[in-house]
Amino acid sequence: MSVELLLGDVKEGAELPVLEKEVKPVTVVLGAMASRDWRPQHHDYKFATQNNGLDDIIMNTPNLAAWFERYLTDWTGPKGRLGRIKFRMKDSVYPGDTMRFAGKVTRVEPTVEDVGWVEVAIELSAGDKSCVGCEARIALPKTAEANPWKLKGDDWKP
Amino acid sequence: MAAQSADDLPEEVQSWIGQERYSEKTEFPIEMGYVLTTLSATQNGNPLYWDEKVAKALTDGPITLPTMVSVWFRPHDWSPGRTEPAVALQLHFDLKDRLGLPEAVMSDNTIVFREPIRPGDELTTTQILYSVSSLKTTKLGTGRFWDFEVRFVNQRGELCAEERYTGFGYNRDASRRESK
Repeated sequence: MSVELLLGDVKEGAELPVLEKEVKPVTVVLGAMASRDWRPQHHDYKFATQNNGLDDIIMNTPNLAAWFERYLTDWTGPKGRLGRIKFRMKDSVYPGDTMRFAGKVTRVEPTVEDVGWVEVAIELSAGDKSCVGCEARIALPKTAEANPWKLKGDDWKP
Repeated sequence: MAAQSADDLPEEVQSWIGQERYSEKTEFPIEMGYVLTTLSATQNGNPLYWDEKVAKALTDGPITLPTMVSVWFRPHDWSPGRTEPAVALQLHFDLKDRLGLPEAVMSDNTIVFREPIRPGDELTTTQILYSVSSLKTTKLGTGRFWDFEVRFVNQRGELCAEERYTGFGYNRDASRRESK
Protein backbone atom coordinates (compact mmCIF):
# COMPACT_ATOMS: atom_id res chain seq x y z
CA MET A 1 0.00 0.00 0.00
CA SER A 2 1.56 3.30 -1.02
CA VAL A 3 -1.35 5.67 -0.45
CA GLU A 4 -0.57 8.70 1.67
CA LEU A 5 -3.51 11.04 1.78
CA LEU A 6 -2.79 14.60 2.92
CA LEU A 7 -5.34 16.94 4.47
CA GLY A 8 -5.10 19.25 1.47
CA ASP A 9 -6.15 16.41 -0.85
CA VAL A 10 -9.57 16.21 0.83
CA LYS A 11 -12.60 18.35 0.05
CA GLU A 12 -15.98 18.41 1.74
CA GLY A 13 -18.51 16.43 -0.26
CA ALA A 14 -15.87 14.27 -1.94
CA GLU A 15 -16.75 10.61 -2.26
CA LEU A 16 -14.49 7.80 -1.11
CA PRO A 17 -13.83 4.93 -3.53
CA VAL A 18 -16.50 2.24 -3.20
CA LEU A 19 -15.43 -1.12 -1.77
CA GLU A 20 -17.43 -4.26 -2.58
CA LYS A 21 -16.85 -7.65 -0.99
CA GLU A 22 -18.76 -10.88 -1.35
CA VAL A 23 -19.60 -12.43 2.02
CA LYS A 24 -18.98 -16.17 2.38
CA PRO A 25 -19.65 -18.29 5.48
CA VAL A 26 -15.92 -18.17 6.23
CA THR A 27 -16.03 -14.34 6.14
CA VAL A 28 -18.57 -14.41 8.98
CA VAL A 29 -16.97 -17.20 11.02
CA LEU A 30 -13.38 -16.00 10.66
CA GLY A 31 -14.40 -12.46 11.63
CA ALA A 32 -16.32 -13.66 14.69
CA MET A 33 -13.45 -15.85 15.90
CA ALA A 34 -10.87 -13.08 15.28
CA SER A 35 -12.96 -10.79 17.49
CA ARG A 36 -13.45 -13.49 20.16
CA ASP A 37 -17.20 -13.50 19.62
CA TRP A 38 -18.33 -17.04 20.36
CA ARG A 39 -22.06 -16.40 20.20
CA PRO A 40 -23.76 -19.08 18.06
CA GLN A 41 -25.59 -16.75 15.67
CA HIS A 42 -22.17 -16.07 14.10
CA HIS A 43 -21.23 -19.69 13.38
CA ASP A 44 -24.22 -22.02 13.90
CA TYR A 45 -26.73 -22.02 11.04
CA LYS A 46 -29.36 -24.05 12.91
CA PHE A 47 -29.21 -21.78 15.97
CA ALA A 48 -29.30 -18.61 13.85
CA THR A 49 -32.28 -19.74 11.77
CA GLN A 50 -34.32 -21.82 14.24
CA ASN A 51 -33.60 -20.02 17.51
CA ASN A 52 -33.06 -16.42 16.39
CA GLY A 53 -35.31 -16.40 13.34
CA LEU A 54 -32.54 -15.14 11.10
CA ASP A 55 -32.04 -16.08 7.45
CA ASP A 56 -28.51 -17.42 8.09
CA ILE A 57 -25.50 -16.76 10.35
CA ILE A 58 -24.76 -13.01 10.57
CA MET A 59 -21.65 -10.82 10.57
CA ASN A 60 -20.88 -9.59 14.12
CA THR A 61 -20.54 -5.91 14.99
CA PRO A 62 -16.86 -5.87 16.12
CA ASN A 63 -15.84 -7.47 12.85
CA LEU A 64 -17.90 -4.94 10.90
CA ALA A 65 -16.03 -2.23 12.83
CA ALA A 66 -12.77 -3.73 11.57
CA TRP A 67 -14.15 -3.68 8.02
CA PHE A 68 -14.99 0.05 8.40
CA GLU A 69 -11.46 0.68 9.68
CA ARG A 70 -10.01 -1.18 6.69
CA TYR A 71 -12.21 0.88 4.33
CA LEU A 72 -10.99 4.14 5.88
CA THR A 73 -7.29 3.29 5.97
CA ASP A 74 -7.40 1.93 2.40
CA TRP A 75 -8.33 5.54 1.55
CA THR A 76 -5.94 7.40 3.85
CA GLY A 77 -2.91 5.12 4.01
CA PRO A 78 -1.17 4.12 7.25
CA LYS A 79 -0.85 7.67 8.60
CA GLY A 80 -4.63 8.03 8.82
CA ARG A 81 -5.37 7.75 12.54
CA LEU A 82 -8.91 6.98 13.64
CA GLY A 83 -10.18 9.22 16.42
CA ARG A 84 -13.83 8.33 16.74
CA ILE A 85 -16.31 6.00 15.13
CA LYS A 86 -20.05 5.68 15.58
CA PHE A 87 -22.33 2.91 14.30
CA ARG A 88 -26.02 2.53 13.82
CA MET A 89 -27.04 -1.06 13.10
CA LYS A 90 -30.02 -1.34 10.75
CA ASP A 91 -29.99 -4.78 9.13
CA SER A 92 -27.92 -7.97 9.17
CA VAL A 93 -25.19 -9.01 6.74
CA TYR A 94 -25.42 -12.67 5.65
CA PRO A 95 -23.35 -15.08 3.57
CA GLY A 96 -24.32 -14.56 -0.06
CA ASP A 97 -24.60 -10.79 0.40
CA THR A 98 -22.17 -8.46 -1.33
CA MET A 99 -21.14 -5.78 1.16
CA ARG A 100 -20.88 -2.34 -0.41
CA PHE A 101 -19.04 0.39 1.50
CA ALA A 102 -19.61 3.93 0.20
CA GLY A 103 -18.37 7.03 2.01
CA LYS A 104 -18.53 10.79 1.73
CA VAL A 105 -16.47 13.52 3.40
CA THR A 106 -18.86 15.57 5.54
CA ARG A 107 -16.37 17.98 7.14
CA VAL A 108 -12.76 19.09 6.82
CA GLU A 109 -11.66 20.94 9.94
CA PRO A 110 -9.43 23.93 9.28
CA THR A 111 -6.17 23.77 11.22
CA VAL A 112 -2.97 25.74 11.66
CA GLU A 113 -1.17 22.67 12.98
CA ASP A 114 0.47 19.96 10.90
CA VAL A 115 -2.31 17.46 11.53
CA GLY A 116 -5.99 18.06 10.73
CA TRP A 117 -9.31 16.27 11.08
CA VAL A 118 -11.74 14.93 8.54
CA GLU A 119 -15.23 13.56 9.18
CA VAL A 120 -16.71 10.90 6.95
CA ALA A 121 -20.16 9.30 6.66
CA ILE A 122 -20.15 5.71 5.46
CA GLU A 123 -23.04 3.51 4.46
CA LEU A 124 -22.69 -0.25 4.38
CA SER A 125 -25.36 -1.78 2.18
CA ALA A 126 -26.02 -5.18 0.64
CA GLY A 127 -28.26 -5.17 -2.43
CA ASP A 128 -31.35 -3.17 -1.47
CA LYS A 129 -30.62 -3.41 2.26
CA SER A 130 -29.07 -0.56 4.18
CA CYS A 131 -27.19 -2.48 6.88
CA VAL A 132 -25.03 -0.08 8.92
CA GLY A 133 -24.60 3.68 9.09
CA CYS A 134 -21.23 4.86 10.31
CA GLU A 135 -19.71 8.23 11.11
CA ALA A 136 -15.94 8.47 11.55
CA ARG A 137 -13.49 11.19 12.55
CA ILE A 138 -9.96 10.59 11.32
CA ALA A 139 -6.72 12.58 11.60
CA LEU A 140 -4.62 13.23 8.50
CA PRO A 141 -1.18 14.77 8.05
CA LYS A 142 -1.00 18.19 6.46
CA THR A 143 2.48 17.58 5.07
CA ALA A 144 4.46 14.49 4.05
CA GLU A 145 6.60 14.89 7.19
CA ALA A 146 3.72 15.19 9.67
CA ASN A 147 2.47 12.11 11.57
CA PRO A 148 -0.86 12.00 13.47
CA TRP A 149 0.35 8.99 15.47
CA LYS A 150 2.85 11.21 17.30
CA LEU A 151 0.11 13.26 18.95
CA LYS A 152 -0.45 12.54 22.64
CA GLY A 153 -2.43 13.93 25.56
CA ASP A 154 -4.21 17.22 24.94
CA ASP A 155 -2.75 17.49 21.43
CA TRP A 156 -4.88 14.50 20.39
CA LYS A 157 -8.46 15.75 19.93
CA PRO A 158 -10.63 12.83 18.79
CA MET B 1 -24.23 14.65 27.92
CA ALA B 2 -26.16 11.97 29.79
CA ALA B 3 -29.91 12.02 29.47
CA GLN B 4 -32.10 12.60 32.52
CA SER B 5 -32.88 9.32 34.29
CA ALA B 6 -36.37 8.16 35.21
CA ASP B 7 -37.47 8.64 38.83
CA ASP B 8 -39.22 5.25 39.11
CA LEU B 9 -36.07 3.10 39.07
CA PRO B 10 -35.31 0.52 41.76
CA GLU B 11 -33.07 2.08 44.42
CA GLU B 12 -30.23 -0.31 43.59
CA VAL B 13 -30.19 0.71 39.91
CA GLN B 14 -30.48 4.38 40.86
CA SER B 15 -27.35 3.98 43.02
CA TRP B 16 -25.32 2.70 40.03
CA ILE B 17 -25.73 5.92 38.02
CA GLY B 18 -22.43 7.80 37.68
CA GLN B 19 -20.43 5.10 39.53
CA GLU B 20 -17.40 3.36 37.98
CA ARG B 21 -18.08 -0.35 38.49
CA TYR B 22 -16.98 -3.80 37.28
CA SER B 23 -13.24 -3.10 37.26
CA GLU B 24 -11.89 -5.91 35.13
CA LYS B 25 -8.46 -6.87 33.77
CA THR B 26 -7.71 -8.53 30.44
CA GLU B 27 -7.48 -12.33 30.71
CA PHE B 28 -4.18 -12.35 28.76
CA PRO B 29 -1.61 -9.75 27.67
CA ILE B 30 -2.44 -8.08 24.35
CA GLU B 31 -0.90 -9.99 21.46
CA MET B 32 -0.63 -9.75 17.68
CA GLY B 33 -2.18 -13.14 16.80
CA TYR B 34 -5.73 -11.83 16.95
CA VAL B 35 -4.62 -8.69 15.09
CA LEU B 36 -3.23 -10.71 12.18
CA THR B 37 -6.36 -12.89 12.11
CA THR B 38 -8.54 -9.76 12.03
CA LEU B 39 -6.43 -8.31 9.21
CA SER B 40 -6.84 -11.58 7.34
CA ALA B 41 -10.61 -11.69 8.02
CA THR B 42 -11.00 -8.17 6.61
CA GLN B 43 -8.35 -8.50 3.88
CA ASN B 44 -6.65 -5.42 5.31
CA GLY B 45 -3.17 -4.81 3.85
CA ASN B 46 -2.33 -1.72 5.93
CA PRO B 47 1.51 -1.88 6.21
CA LEU B 48 1.36 -0.32 9.67
CA TYR B 49 0.38 -3.79 10.91
CA TRP B 50 2.29 -6.01 8.46
CA ASP B 51 5.63 -4.19 8.12
CA GLU B 52 7.80 -3.75 11.22
CA LYS B 53 9.73 -0.88 9.62
CA VAL B 54 6.54 1.09 8.97
CA ALA B 55 5.35 0.39 12.54
CA LYS B 56 8.70 1.53 13.95
CA ALA B 57 8.64 4.74 11.89
CA LEU B 58 5.02 5.71 12.54
CA THR B 59 4.13 4.33 15.96
CA ASP B 60 7.50 3.47 17.62
CA GLY B 61 6.74 -0.24 17.21
CA PRO B 62 3.70 -2.47 16.68
CA ILE B 63 0.24 -1.42 17.76
CA THR B 64 -3.12 -3.17 17.51
CA LEU B 65 -6.04 -2.09 15.32
CA PRO B 66 -7.94 0.63 17.22
CA THR B 67 -11.34 -0.91 16.45
CA MET B 68 -10.24 -4.13 18.20
CA VAL B 69 -10.39 -2.47 21.62
CA SER B 70 -13.38 -4.48 22.86
CA VAL B 71 -11.89 -7.76 21.57
CA TRP B 72 -9.43 -7.86 24.48
CA PHE B 73 -12.27 -8.01 27.00
CA ARG B 74 -14.35 -10.82 25.59
CA PRO B 75 -13.97 -13.70 28.02
CA HIS B 76 -12.81 -17.16 26.97
CA ASP B 77 -15.72 -19.37 26.00
CA TRP B 78 -14.60 -21.77 28.73
CA SER B 79 -12.06 -21.57 31.53
CA PRO B 80 -11.36 -23.79 34.54
CA GLY B 81 -13.60 -23.30 37.55
CA ARG B 82 -16.18 -21.09 35.90
CA THR B 83 -19.69 -22.18 36.76
CA GLU B 84 -21.65 -19.47 34.96
CA PRO B 85 -21.05 -18.35 31.37
CA ALA B 86 -18.98 -15.16 31.47
CA VAL B 87 -20.42 -12.18 29.62
CA ALA B 88 -18.86 -8.99 28.32
CA LEU B 89 -20.68 -5.77 29.36
CA GLN B 90 -21.86 -7.13 32.72
CA LEU B 91 -23.60 -3.82 33.47
CA HIS B 92 -25.91 -4.34 30.49
CA PHE B 93 -26.86 -7.83 31.69
CA ASP B 94 -27.36 -6.68 35.29
CA LEU B 95 -29.69 -3.92 34.10
CA LYS B 96 -31.75 -6.46 32.13
CA ASP B 97 -31.96 -8.64 35.23
CA ARG B 98 -32.77 -5.95 37.83
CA LEU B 99 -35.28 -4.16 35.61
CA GLY B 100 -37.02 -7.40 34.53
CA LEU B 101 -36.34 -6.75 30.85
CA PRO B 102 -35.12 -10.04 29.37
CA GLU B 103 -34.60 -8.90 25.78
CA ALA B 104 -32.17 -6.18 24.73
CA VAL B 105 -30.57 -4.61 21.69
CA MET B 106 -27.81 -2.05 21.30
CA SER B 107 -28.99 0.83 19.15
CA ASP B 108 -25.92 3.08 19.03
CA ASN B 109 -22.24 2.47 19.65
CA THR B 110 -19.54 5.17 19.67
CA ILE B 111 -15.85 4.50 20.28
CA VAL B 112 -13.30 7.24 20.98
CA PHE B 113 -9.69 6.15 20.47
CA ARG B 114 -6.83 7.61 22.50
CA GLU B 115 -3.46 6.03 23.43
CA PRO B 116 -2.75 3.13 21.02
CA ILE B 117 -2.90 -0.39 22.49
CA ARG B 118 0.33 -2.35 22.05
CA PRO B 119 1.29 -6.02 22.30
CA GLY B 120 2.20 -6.81 25.91
CA ASP B 121 -0.19 -4.21 27.34
CA GLU B 122 -2.46 -5.21 30.18
CA LEU B 123 -5.71 -3.29 30.19
CA THR B 124 -8.31 -2.58 32.81
CA THR B 125 -11.90 -1.59 32.06
CA THR B 126 -14.60 -0.01 34.12
CA GLN B 127 -18.26 0.45 33.22
CA ILE B 128 -20.23 3.57 34.07
CA LEU B 129 -24.01 3.89 33.85
CA TYR B 130 -25.09 7.40 32.81
CA SER B 131 -28.85 7.17 32.53
CA VAL B 132 -31.90 4.90 32.39
CA SER B 133 -35.07 6.20 30.75
CA SER B 134 -38.67 5.89 31.84
CA LEU B 135 -40.72 3.10 30.22
CA LYS B 136 -41.07 3.54 26.45
CA THR B 137 -42.86 1.47 23.84
CA THR B 138 -41.12 0.81 20.53
CA LYS B 139 -41.85 -1.69 17.76
CA LEU B 140 -39.71 -4.21 19.68
CA GLY B 141 -41.65 -3.97 22.92
CA THR B 142 -42.00 -1.95 26.11
CA GLY B 143 -38.84 -1.20 28.04
CA ARG B 144 -36.17 1.32 28.90
CA PHE B 145 -33.19 2.88 27.15
CA TRP B 146 -29.90 3.00 29.02
CA ASP B 147 -26.76 4.89 28.26
CA PHE B 148 -23.42 3.61 29.54
CA GLU B 149 -19.70 3.79 28.88
CA VAL B 150 -16.76 1.41 29.08
CA ARG B 151 -13.35 2.99 29.76
CA PHE B 152 -10.13 1.20 28.79
CA VAL B 153 -6.92 2.09 30.66
CA ASN B 154 -3.46 0.54 30.17
CA GLN B 155 -0.94 -0.54 32.84
CA ARG B 156 0.60 2.96 32.82
CA GLY B 157 -2.77 4.51 33.67
CA GLU B 158 -3.19 5.99 30.18
CA LEU B 159 -6.72 6.14 28.77
CA CYS B 160 -6.78 4.04 25.58
CA ALA B 161 -10.45 4.25 24.60
CA GLU B 162 -13.96 5.09 25.69
CA GLU B 163 -16.84 3.11 24.26
CA ARG B 164 -20.34 4.52 24.64
CA TYR B 165 -23.45 2.38 24.17
CA THR B 166 -27.16 3.02 24.07
CA GLY B 167 -29.09 -0.14 24.88
CA PHE B 168 -32.81 -0.81 24.88
CA GLY B 169 -34.01 -3.51 27.28
CA TYR B 170 -37.56 -4.67 26.72
CA ASN B 171 -40.17 -7.25 27.44
CA ARG B 172 -41.84 -8.80 24.42
CA ASP B 173 -44.70 -10.34 26.42
CA ALA B 174 -45.60 -7.02 28.04
CA SER B 175 -45.73 -5.31 24.68
CA ARG B 176 -47.95 -8.04 23.25
CA ARG B 177 -50.35 -7.65 26.18
CA GLU B 178 -50.38 -3.89 25.73
CA SER B 179 -50.95 -4.09 22.01
CA LYS B 180 -53.97 -6.35 22.39
